[in-house]
Amino acid sequence: MNQVLEFEKPVIELREKIEELKAMTKDSDIDLSDEISKMEERLAKLENDIYGKLKPWDRVQIARHANRPTTLQYIEQLFTNFIEFHGDRLFGDDAAMVAGIAKYKGKPVTIIGHQRGENTKENLKRNFGMAHPEGYRKALRHMKQAEKFNRPIITFIDTKGAYPGKAAEERGQSEAIARNLMEMAGIKVPIICVVIGEGGSGGALGIGVGDRIHMLENSTYSVISPEGAAALLWKDSGQAEKAAKSLRITAPDLKELDVIDEVIPEPLGGAHRDMVTQALSISKVLDKSLRELEEENETSLLEKRWEKYKQIGEVQSSIEKVEV
Amino acid sequence: MLKDLFGKKKKYASIPGENAKKDVPEGLMQKCGGCKKIFYQKELIKNLNVCPECGHHHQISAYDRIHILFDEGSFEEWDKDLLSQNPLQFPQYEEKLEKDRIKTGLNEAVVTGEGKIHESRTAIAIMDSRFRMGSMGSVVGEKIARAIERAREEKMPIIIFTASGGARMQEGILSLMQMAKTSIAIQRLHRENGLFISVMTNPTTGGVSASFASIGDYHFAEPGALIGFAGRRIIEQTIREKLPKDFQTAEFQLKHGQVDKVIPRGEMRDTLGTILDIHGFGGETVESSAGV
Repeated sequence: MNQVLEFEKPVIELREKIEELKAMTKDSDIDLSDEISKMEERLAKLENDIYGKLKPWDRVQIARHANRPTTLQYIEQLFTNFIEFHGDRLFGDDAAMVAGIAKYKGKPVTIIGHQRGENTKENLKRNFGMAHPEGYRKALRHMKQAEKFNRPIITFIDTKGAYPGKAAEERGQSEAIARNLMEMAGIKVPIICVVIGEGGSGGALGIGVGDRIHMLENSTYSVISPEGAAALLWKDSGQAEKAAKSLRITAPDLKELDVIDEVIPEPLGGAHRDMVTQALSISKVLDKSLRELEEENETSLLEKRWEKYKQIGEVQSSIEKVEV
Repeated sequence: MLKDLFGKKKKYASIPGENAKKDVPEGLMQKCGGCKKIFYQKELIKNLNVCPECGHHHQISAYDRIHILFDEGSFEEWDKDLLSQNPLQFPQYEEKLEKDRIKTGLNEAVVTGEGKIHESRTAIAIMDSRFRMGSMGSVVGEKIARAIERAREEKMPIIIFTASGGARMQEGILSLMQMAKTSIAIQRLHRENGLFISVMTNPTTGGVSASFASIGDYHFAEPGALIGFAGRRIIEQTIREKLPKDFQTAEFQLKHGQVDKVIPRGEMRDTLGTILDIHGFGGETVESSAGV
């Protein structure tokens, strides 16, 4: 069952009507092909109108769509010979984070990503893709291994945030994320990060420091959830829609703010409408990034990684205005 | 009797109302946030803003901390001219910044520079939670990253005192990316064997706790400081249980292996001086006990 989002209801209703008419034509002798083709024209226009001008809040809904493809689903589409490995060697295994090795176009890669469940039962097991410290430490262990064996790292970001729990605090959630930020700065192999769903704050950034940062068109990346921001600012989480706009959390926003490299287009209506096509467009960008980064030596790779983050932010000197 | 109407003292002493109790003269008296006792403000300041009765560490301004930490006249400030903009055109952000500039006399939530502790030269960054809760936006991230880079280039140690609620919401993703920027700067420092001492003061949470604050060579904390990743209320709502009172305190973090030592404010200068000395950054030796 595909979950229908509020803003796309007119499209879905019209699509259902067309299906009905088509069924009628089949079952009876009445020829409705004229009407059907007219309605199909209308549908195409409506789809363009609605999906072509998505508001930030619409994108938030798509990014959170129950059927939105997950890390493991993209891994299956994009790579061959994937083998998943478990555990951080310190405490346990976090199912909210997956890690493993595979081949991409014949070459070895390490893959790391947040993993949501595809249904409620799996979501419980995977803690809705919200990792504990052991998840971040598992990710780091695999990044170090990738460095040792000289293979590029690809990370898929898809989390509401690092899990805000008691045990997570006791085991050093802050330290686990901070260490990843620091260590990722020094890993001597290319790191490519792709935000595929929600990029929730520090929990997303914990596997998000790299040489290329890409976002799917309808994914989001934010310092705080729109609901959280609205609750803090206006004491009303109901104003999330307004906060989503003010916070500028969509892929086109981040591209404009010079935080990400590329916006990866999605099929009309979102990635869940056509995962195979979506995987192809991810692959195109991935391939390009890997080729570009192959050219770098270790020193220039790390130096450019630093330069990339160094320039993010806007500060003004009381002496003169400077872009950093 | 008639004579009772005259000359008799009131039988009951008047008890000041709730409002009157709070009515401590501004700037003269101060109520301790720990034991709730009232002290002369001068007495508290003399005691480094630490309660003489219960030891509660009250927050202190960045400049007060500089004053109690450094050899007299040795502090030189860096990048004081950097001001925040409103890159997202976030509603009311500029007004809030302006209000805090007036309230604190600071340009932003961190003061950076260099100075000497017991004659050892060190770079420093001190956050001030009175300015936008010490939150990290572009300017805070930039000033801290620049200070780390300068420490690395000039082969100086760096000490960072954190006091922050986390990332600055009004600068959105640009704030989040300051976590990466500052952490990468720390990585570059470590790569060249630079010394970084992280001192967490009340509060050190969210994006600051989950970035540079947690990747030092030494992690210190002031007694009772709130240190953690997620907010107490969020955790309680998520796990649907009440958290213990000492949850996310400096002592809790010590117990869970996240800080090396909890250091009272009065001992901070000497302890830092000793560490800088042991690391060979010159200056006079602070002998705590006789060596062999």
